[in-house]
Amino acid sequence: MSEKTLDRRTLMISAGLTTMAGISAAASGKSAGWVERLLKRRFVELSDQRREEILAELEASCRHRYGRDDITVGDTRAMDGVEFAYGLDLSRCIGCRRCVYACVHENNQSRDPQIHWIRVLEMKKDNGIDFAESNVYYDPEEVPEPENFYLPVACQQCRNPACTKVCPVKATWQEPDGIVVIDSDWCLGCRCCMSACPYGARHFNWTEPTIAADEINPDTHVFGNRPRPKGVVEKCTFCIQRTRKGRYPACVEICPVGARKFGNLLDEKGEMRYLMREKRVFVLKEELNTRPRFYYFFAT
Amino acid sequence: MIKDIVSFLTGSARIAVKGNRAFYAWIAFLGLICLWGLAAWWNQFHNGLITTNMRDQVSWAFYIGNFTFLVGVAAAAVMLVIPAYIYNWKPIKEIAIFGELLAVSAIVMSMLFVFVDVGRPDRVWQLMPIIGTPNLPSSLLGWDVMVLNGYLLLNLLIVLHLLYTGFHRRPYSRRFVVPLLLFSIPAAVGIHTVTAFVYAGTAARPFWNSAILAPRFLASAFCSGPAILLILFQILQRTTTIKIKDEAIWKIAELMAYAMFLNLFLFGAEIFREYYSNTQHLIHTQYLYSGVHGHDALVPYAWASLTCSVVAFLLFLIPATRKNLVTLNLGCVLIFAGVYIEKGMALVIPGMTPDTLGEFYEYVPTLSEVRVGAGIFAVGFLVFTLLCKMAIPILQDPVSSKSA
Repeated sequence: MSEKTLDRRTLMISAGLTTMAGISAAASGKSAGWVERLLKRRFVELSDQRREEILAELEASCRHRYGRDDITVGDTRAMDGVEFAYGLDLSRCIGCRRCVYACVHENNQSRDPQIHWIRVLEMKKDNGIDFAESNVYYDPEEVPEPENFYLPVACQQCRNPACTKVCPVKATWQEPDGIVVIDSDWCLGCRCCMSACPYGARHFNWTEPTIAADEINPDTHVFGNRPRPKGVVEKCTFCIQRTRKGRYPACVEICPVGARKFGNLLDEKGEMRYLMREKRVFVLKEELNTRPRFYYFFAT
Repeated sequence: MIKDIVSFLTGSARIAVKGNRAFYAWIAFLGLICLWGLAAWWNQFHNGLITTNMRDQVSWAFYIGNFTFLVGVAAAAVMLVIPAYIYNWKPIKEIAIFGELLAVSAIVMSMLFVFVDVGRPDRVWQLMPIIGTPNLPSSLLGWDVMVLNGYLLLNLLIVLHLLYTGFHRRPYSRRFVVPLLLFSIPAAVGIHTVTAFVYAGTAARPFWNSAILAPRFLASAFCSGPAILLILFQILQRTTTIKIKDEAIWKIAELMAYAMFLNLFLFGAEIFREYYSNTQHLIHTQYLYSGVHGHDALVPYAWASLTCSVVAFLLFLIPATRKNLVTLNLGCVLIFAGVYIEKGMALVIPGMTPDTLGEFYEYVPTLSEVRVGAGIFAVGFLVFTLLCKMAIPILQDPVSSKSA
């Protein structure tokens, strides 16, 4: 976010803030921190120094909540010259759902009630790709079943995201490296984005999420896998806490058949470019012009 | 000036709370429902929206449906303002203020329904300009909050001015009120259009993604709001000395028949397109009217709504049944029920069933949702009752009614 908007907003708000803080301090005799808390601005609009302070606060509250002192909350920024993209080989996917649970653990999704950022759809080979006939609750003895194939869906990290433009409070946006993120400290929980998303990629915390303390992934990003409160929306961020540090997303690492590919779209010699040159890729619901960065292909 | 305002406030408050036994019973009844709803909301606030039956698949439902319906009711004041002030039709002009009172109450209710629907009610201030971060111009919900607040303010200004001058037995300022009333016509169309655009702009939901959604919203709104007013007018005719001419009631009923015709016509156009083109998008309409794969929770509601609307249309179309009090009131109830089901259940839920990945999650509201909803309606009726109570003596006063 530009520093200009920050300056203007700071000026506009600080006058009011100071007044309110003064009144409240005078009235209560206590520090006026709650006013600033109430009127805290969006994280991305804050100065680096303020961001550091807030990250430290978030870290402390997460550590306190789960009784673990190894939890860190980072805000690693997007790198120049990087645009992430994903490839998924439908001819390899066996529908084992290891990616679903690796994602749950990596990204601190609620275990009860369960939240899954990846949904694997079972589809009939006879029908081809047909969402209306798909089944997400398949449960056979063994996968893959010969008559079925499997289509995992998570956030498609669209170039033209339908979800961000409907947000009434600017709590979700697209980062320079293409990742669509949510500031869960700013999300209103109105769920407009869930109505707008054509891929069912956004999930709501219908109640306080529960995760056992020893199952928490302590390496978190402020817009990614940091534990969320109830009443806000969450989604896949291409494992922002990993990928911005040069690692693969958890789902790519866990996939036992190598169906999942990930890389920098701007790197001509990279994995994604190779894949798009050598295979034929397609995206889901291309008629909606969301222009996903998530490509499907059949390698064989 | 300040003395006038103080005497207006204390005087109106006195009028508003003074009444006979039936009045107190009505207020107590509404108060109890408010508390019943508040207790359910308190539980929802603590446990999260898991107390509702909404889930990721159907993430908007009963609350947002009610919100949509009530925005329509609020827009209905126009059905009185247009004949009264554009066509200068005297019998309606005398009672047009009740449309504004209804608008105020309906907007209060619709905003409460949004409030109870959000996951973080502590953050709603973020929607406000200057102190918050409204995502304008791109977010339609952001716009909706703006226009609804604007419309509330507009109607409050009109109502307060009329009540204030009436209370002090002065003629109201035509130069102040009439431009505001005229502006309330496009504003009413505006609030309902923006609300329709919240849905219609959603390409991911083909059931909503229709160009005639906003016209349909307007047509149905212009029947549902006046239905409440027609019943209110008859109550006022019996219990007060306010003169409400039968012609006014019949004229409003006739206008409602036209609006309902338009509503049914647009509905038919939509149905034709869906069934004749028979694309995959038809599945939402099928879910609503016939059920799909045994999922048919909404089917009885859908047909009940359509039946109510068609019967009411015929009752209001035929002059004999329009002028007969029994059939007129039956028509009002049927229209209200028909549009309530259409907006409350048959718009939001089938739009999300099946969800974007084809999953069927059959939503029916929980008791908790119904309680919260009932509580909000009780708040609205309470506001409406008290506002009417303040307005009635002023309208009965020969001095101000002559100037109005």
